[in-house]
Amino acid sequence: MRMELIQPFINSADAVLAQGLESPISIENLSMEQEAYRRKGIAAEVCLMGEIEGRIIFDVDLGAAVQLASRLANVAVSETDEELIREAVCELANQIIGNSITTLNDQGFHFHVRPPTLHTSEQGSKSSEDTEALVMCFNTSSGNVFMNVALRYHGPAYERAVAAG
Amino acid sequence: MEKFAPVKRSEDGQPVRYLIVDDSVFARKNLARMVESFGGQVVGEAGDGISAISEYERLTPDIVLMDITMPQMEGIEAAEKIVRDHPSARIVMVSSVGYQENIVAALQRGARHFVQKPVKPEVLYEVIKYVMRDDGTTVHGAGAGAGA
Repeated sequence: MRMELIQPFINSADAVLAQGLESPISIENLSMEQEAYRRKGIAAEVCLMGEIEGRIIFDVDLGAAVQLASRLANVAVSETDEELIREAVCELANQIIGNSITTLNDQGFHFHVRPPTLHTSEQGSKSSEDTEALVMCFNTSSGNVFMNVALRYHGPAYERAVAAG
Repeated sequence: MEKFAPVKRSEDGQPVRYLIVDDSVFARKNLARMVESFGGQVVGEAGDGISAISEYERLTPDIVLMDITMPQMEGIEAAEKIVRDHPSARIVMVSSVGYQENIVAALQRGARHFVQKPVKPEVLYEVIKYVMRDDGTTVHGAGAGAGA
């Protein structure tokens, strides 16, 4: 997976999480994975179709999800407020992924995005050679946030990528 | 949330009436909190474009805050249908997907403005004042009250 596909997600997560939490965040770890994704907390999944295809899983430790939901909703949220926590994670996924998609579209990639859905299974589908997944771990003041990005070029974008080597 | 001078309707001094359309309950609550801090009143909510059209017909709000990516019918299509039947409708698109093509499409189909998520209250406040123009008035010296 090319850096031009990844960088917008890093930038967007950095900006949206820092604004939501009103504190700086850092990337703790970046790794490529071909194994099935194992969910770590509350997760939302977004699918892309078009010149870039694939899926992104946004996964937040329960403790961090509670803190994020509290900050975003401006009320004290407890671990039992499951619906509110899930909603908060989906909305954060929507904002981070939406902002990334904005950058990629403005770079000339055309594709469509579906609304985020909760990723409830413990394990995601395996990535393959052409949809290898990059897992990013962001360290926030409230805990860890993971983003698993498995995307590939499709159609004209694929031909452009092949031509560019 | 900081306090804003309330924006009222010029014609009767009543709060600006909002319809909030977003498939995320969480996003709707956040937007509701913001517009209440501007002195506005949320008269209705909808979770998709089809419900947005019927809620607009029923409520005739002063302003619609409309998400783009939603199930069943997306926000741009819903905005187009509302404006076709109600040319004076004030629709502000509120979305995390803010690429140029999307913004242009929304404006061409009748939306008055575009605000990118995550929404900053001070940005939305200025957009509301701009969209209301002469139909809205800012009441200085009176806090909107909802600031927490």
